[in-house]
Amino acid sequence: MTIDRREFLKVSAGAAGAVTLSGLAGCASTSIASAKPKVVVVGAGFGGATFARYIKLWAPQAEVTVIEPNPVFTSCPFSNTVLAGINKMEDISMPYDNIKKVVDNFVPDTVTAIDNAKQTVTTAGGKTFAYDRLVLAGGIELLYDAVQGYDAETRKTIKHAWKASADQTGVLRKQLEAMPDGGTFVMSVPKSPYRCPPGPYERACMVASYFKQAKPRSKVIVLDGNPDVASKKGLFVAAWKKHFGYGTADSMIDYRPNNMPRSVNAKTMMVGTEFDDVKGDVINVVPPMRAAKVTGMAGVRTGNDGTWCPVDYLTFESTVVPNVHILGDSALTNFPKSGSVANNTGKMCAYAMSEIFAGRKPDPSPVVTNTCYSATGMGTAFHVATVFRWDPEKKALVPPKGANGVSKEESELEMAYMESWAMNVWADTLGLPDSYKFTAKG
Amino acid sequence: MKKSIALTLLIAGALGAASAYASGHGDPRARFIAANCAYCHGPDGHSRGAVPSLAGLESKYFVDQMKAFRDGSRPATVMQKHAMGYTEAEYELMGKWFAAHK
Repeated sequence: MTIDRREFLKVSAGAAGAVTLSGLAGCASTSIASAKPKVVVVGAGFGGATFARYIKLWAPQAEVTVIEPNPVFTSCPFSNTVLAGINKMEDISMPYDNIKKVVDNFVPDTVTAIDNAKQTVTTAGGKTFAYDRLVLAGGIELLYDAVQGYDAETRKTIKHAWKASADQTGVLRKQLEAMPDGGTFVMSVPKSPYRCPPGPYERACMVASYFKQAKPRSKVIVLDGNPDVASKKGLFVAAWKKHFGYGTADSMIDYRPNNMPRSVNAKTMMVGTEFDDVKGDVINVVPPMRAAKVTGMAGVRTGNDGTWCPVDYLTFESTVVPNVHILGDSALTNFPKSGSVANNTGKMCAYAMSEIFAGRKPDPSPVVTNTCYSATGMGTAFHVATVFRWDPEKKALVPPKGANGVSKEESELEMAYMESWAMNVWADTLGLPDSYKFTAKG
Repeated sequence: MKKSIALTLLIAGALGAASAYASGHGDPRARFIAANCAYCHGPDGHSRGAVPSLAGLESKYFVDQMKAFRDGSRPATVMQKHAMGYTEAEYELMGKWFAAHK
């Protein structure tokens, strides 16, 4: 973070003015068994909601405020099933009721400013919250400017559907339904690292499965910014071959590596890459992305040329700004940006913070895991699973021998497990009661 | 809800003081490692789907299954990778935690 002189003076003056307040707060956050440490959580997705729920379980004395603009939780994992017509938006949307019950303050608002010297967060509604610990779990910010022509007007027609919502995923599904048989669906894959590495390739399967059943003369063109399939390659290519004729003249999927979209035009329905212009009846461009906007406000988006947030692996605290923790897709780690990782690291951060609040040191050798399923749209699925453990020599969390790998092949059994994963991760993230009726299907 | 959780934690805390680390009940590390399983096996080991629940399993049975996943004698999809990622001492910690949480 760079602070110019004027900013520095402003910050210093603010800090001096608030010396009693922030001085006390700062003291409280580090002293043993402080009465009620204030924790502010920005974003109630897989990372933030899980963290909020578990910090109240493991450090119930903490006063937890959650700031989240969306009225309900909408799951990105499983949102490709909406594109295939298997589920509807309401099947992947769930209430925040239990999170609202367990935290001290649930604020339906958007964060507009973070002052990391005064340790305060301000919202669009004009409220300001002081924190001893701030948890930023805002997901990703999409960089439309990196694709020429992807302006507000174009965005009315062309959807990314990389943040699941009725306006994105729901509209894209309607566009696919309206597309005539024989049409072309053009989709893109951003350069790594991006949210949900296997997601785009699963999306190609899901849309192709819908076409196979409803519009068999239609095609899926995949424009990949990467030099090759970036996740579960063997399994996806096998699924494309088995179900969609990949590798033959009649393939429903046309996969094009090194084809980063550079421009998009909603009037001509063209996507431009470095090599050519591709026409689509339905276009789905996922622009490049970086850590959520709020991480920029906090000055913690300093890794990888200012795109992601470096963190201490033992606490998920920013390595550049103290008392600010970063969870989920915003963090710069060697973990995949998956729902499982966000859920699991949410708990890891809650564990580390509860130890700090109890006057102890965080666990010096934590373990976190990832289990990520992808569906083919043809009643089968497959996984990648990894356990990450602290390695004192590498000073990182790395998989021990044998603790990382993918399915041998797609299977119906793994589709049942994937469906089960969705219900359990939603229940764990949101604290959904046993009586909650899930409606999503695999 | 808030009150009942606070009460539960109070009771758990009191129990923890007596049985503490020996049972894996009040051990924060055991609690955290067990929580790692939740996204597939459900919160507190209560699964909502096809993946089996872990809550209330006998500790020895849990540890034996983890060993069987690790050496491949019990066929698995994801579980061999997970079993290879934890130590035997951690199987014991998790086993005790799930046995104590029905």
